[in-house]
Amino acid sequence: MLDFLFGQLVATHATFDVVTLSDRTTQALAEDPWLAAGYALLGLAGVGGFLSLLGMALIYVERKVAAHFQCRLGPMRVGWHGMLQSVADAIKLLLKEDIIPDRADRVLFLIAPVFSIIATTLGLILIPMSPSLQVVDLNIGVIFISAVSSFGVLGILLAGWSSNNKWSLLGAMRAGAQFISYEISVTLSLLVVTLFAGSLQLSEIVQSQQDGWWIWRGHIVGLVAFFVFLIASTAELNRPPFDLPEAESELTGGFHTEYSGLRFSFFFLAEFINMFIASALAATLFLGGWMPFHIGGLHTFNGLMDLIPPGLWFAGKTTFIIFLIMWVRWTFPRLRVDQLMRLEWKFLLPVGFINLFAAATLVITKLYFFPW
Amino acid sequence: MDYFFVALFVGMAFALVGGGLAISYLVAPNRPNKVKSQPYECGEHTVGPSWVHFNVGYYLFALLFLVFDVEAAFLYPWALVFREFGLIALFEVGIFIVILLFALVYAWKKGVLEWV
Repeated sequence: MLDFLFGQLVATHATFDVVTLSDRTTQALAEDPWLAAGYALLGLAGVGGFLSLLGMALIYVERKVAAHFQCRLGPMRVGWHGMLQSVADAIKLLLKEDIIPDRADRVLFLIAPVFSIIATTLGLILIPMSPSLQVVDLNIGVIFISAVSSFGVLGILLAGWSSNNKWSLLGAMRAGAQFISYEISVTLSLLVVTLFAGSLQLSEIVQSQQDGWWIWRGHIVGLVAFFVFLIASTAELNRPPFDLPEAESELTGGFHTEYSGLRFSFFFLAEFINMFIASALAATLFLGGWMPFHIGGLHTFNGLMDLIPPGLWFAGKTTFIIFLIMWVRWTFPRLRVDQLMRLEWKFLLPVGFINLFAAATLVITKLYFFPW
Repeated sequence: MDYFFVALFVGMAFALVGGGLAISYLVAPNRPNKVKSQPYECGEHTVGPSWVHFNVGYYLFALLFLVFDVEAAFLYPWALVFREFGLIALFEVGIFIVILLFALVYAWKKGVLEWV
């Protein structure tokens, strides 16, 4: 209909070829090994730099958003509007003494932050940021990300247990219980998208949203799955209102009470990057990732949308979801532990299962918008 | 090649942490003393060990989680090939999940889901 109104401006929308860094390296390896090594090094440096810079940027944004929600200004002194505050904090943390408590289990205490950082890095390299900006594109992408994120909670459990501090232990136990409970809901909403897209590969899931994003193509099912995913992954990230593992007012610092200096900052960094990964995953699975906003069949409209580059679409969607998660943080009070368990096992879990069956029925009956 | 990259980035994570800690080791002070390395308990002296028995509730939830997580491992391949098998796949997995949901209903009725 829109075609009729606007005329045939662009006949077909552009198709996107996915080229990952791993593909480039494989191609280069046959011709020029040095070029391949260069690609690999570029990827390593790029992801390392992105990890550190994004962590600092997110901490700054979080403080600014928090401040403006509370009618404050937030950091203003260091740099323009406090832009360099995170850099100053990073330098301060680097210069702090690294205290290891006498009674701690030294080995586990020292390696616990490494677990968190590894889990975060492996999650980050799978995210498709644009057709040509993705490090690896595993064919089991969705399972890999959920497996790797459960690896991260192992770091938290180790940190809490090895500190030999009652608060750390309580925080770690809560983190473990919370993570395993909400992991089920996350899995159920990931399964909905897998059903719709028929693939676990993240770039293929993005490509399957060529005619529209899953959040609205699956009628209400996609929307419910999106919100279940958002709530459950906020809980997995230990972010308020689900921040019981850290609960400052009852557990001082929770699992990282005994950590100081740079070792503490690794947990902090991992937490913020995990928030980015969760938001990017929500954007990729439900909001089309780097895929521009398309409505199947409206070629003119789709062509106009294609004018905005895919990377910008991805950045916009991810930023929006990050803002949503921060908004929730400064709006709701913290849950009690019994409320937390009730929300998951008595509400989100049944809703998730009903939603999964509804999704399967939709796929069979082809009642969703623009079926193949 | 993809998994080689995964291994490469595990190495990068180690390097990131190791490099950071090495710089910190060079520039940060290190003056431990008896009071500083006590477990932190807001100024109180720690009474008793911290590695103690904890609430059985965590264990019960872990058991329930195991049931549903193993089920998820079966559901991923199912979701992947669902288009080809259609209605039969829906019925078979339906029976499977309903049996599992009985376990949830049983736990619910027994009051396991109430946090005490």
